[in-house]
Amino acid sequence: MIVMIMSGWKIYNDEVIFGFLHFPDAITLGVWAQHALQWHFFGMWILMLNGLVYLGYGLFSGRFRRMLLPVSPRSIIRDVVAALTFKLDHSDITHYNAVQKAMYIGVILIIIVQVVSGLAIWKPVQFSTLVWLFYDFQGARLAHFIGMALIVGFVIVHVALALLVPKTILAMLTGGPRRSSTSTHL
Amino acid sequence: MLLRPKTVSRFRPTATPDASILAEHRSVVREINRRGILRGSLTLGALPLLTGCNVSDRDAVQSVLRSVSAFNDAVQAWLFDPNKLARTYDASLVVRPPRFNAYYEIEDVRPIDITSWKLELSGLIAEKAPWTIDQLYAFPEQEIIIKHICVEGWEYIGQWSGPNLRQFLTRVGADMRAKYVVFHGNDDYMESIDMASALHPQTILATKYAGEPIGDPYGYPIRLRTAVKLGYKNPKWLRAIEVTNTYSGGFWEDQGFNWFAGM
Repeated sequence: MIVMIMSGWKIYNDEVIFGFLHFPDAITLGVWAQHALQWHFFGMWILMLNGLVYLGYGLFSGRFRRMLLPVSPRSIIRDVVAALTFKLDHSDITHYNAVQKAMYIGVILIIIVQVVSGLAIWKPVQFSTLVWLFYDFQGARLAHFIGMALIVGFVIVHVALALLVPKTILAMLTGGPRRSSTSTHL
Repeated sequence: MLLRPKTVSRFRPTATPDASILAEHRSVVREINRRGILRGSLTLGALPLLTGCNVSDRDAVQSVLRSVSAFNDAVQAWLFDPNKLARTYDASLVVRPPRFNAYYEIEDVRPIDITSWKLELSGLIAEKAPWTIDQLYAFPEQEIIIKHICVEGWEYIGQWSGPNLRQFLTRVGADMRAKYVVFHGNDDYMESIDMASALHPQTILATKYAGEPIGDPYGYPIRLRTAVKLGYKNPKWLRAIEVTNTYSGGFWEDQGFNWFAGM
């Protein structure tokens, strides 16, 4: 994902959408645009393979249903208030709170849309139906840019919050503690 | 025709649109070996620590990335539907004049002297006699109003007319089973495209823009216009066309851009 974002910034610089916005070379990937394109279309395969395995596992193992649902607007508001008053409970990290659930569902959907807009930009003739979904080619470019911005925003918040609750970081890498039978049925 | 019996891999598509292109890239695909991928992944992992360094210009990384790009050529050839037409537009949307683009500025364009110009033909073509501009103007004309999309991301709608490339290649007796059609521009710009794209109904040798002969900065007297490739695959100021089975790359490809560049 970092490869896609950093090389994408370089590609964007060649024909900017917003006149005021250029990404500094220090945070882009690739010497020239063609190298950034090489990285982008290399990272594409890694993202696709990871994405398919992740979505396939999440859907078929029931993990998505178990971890991400149910989520209601009321529970989100409750947990946002709890978070802002520092009362959010982090004692059981095998259980996502409602804000986490909403954010994770959101970012998964954004990445899926990001792949769709990327395919539309890559093959505007062969996949002309996908271009139509975004109105036209420039619409697909804009959607791809906005998707990037949302993902970057998610990554920043996600990393910052994980650093605030350090015990989650080890759990993310190792798979975490076993779920207790009571915590799954809250 | 399949390259190998179907039983070899469950992941091999049942029908390949252009097996010759897959065969052409087979050696490169084979180069994407475990060690190459590992080396690439290691470099990837080190990236966050090396933001100040340009890792991508190192030879080893370039070779992995170019192998993946060649693999992507094969994937694009497989995705290419020879009957899928690009969207066309109303004449009222045509941008005049067309947008100038080249690897140099518009002041440096060297206009072609039409009195001494002829379109040369070479390679796997039966009738190699060069064509004058009057002969080309006399050839049945096809008009397409299509988008020109640049790899950078900009685009414009243009109205192009001239001989359909498939009809032209048929007329001069080109070997349609050959893999590539190569175009040489007067500005030392060279481009090659796959035969399937060359034979697409929306690939023409454009002599006119918006009904008038193409202006000097935009490729006079003749240029390639295909609706199924990015902008840089449409060379201008043509002086020679060659039909061949030898891969010849192209001006931007030699600098690392993707060769197939199909839309």
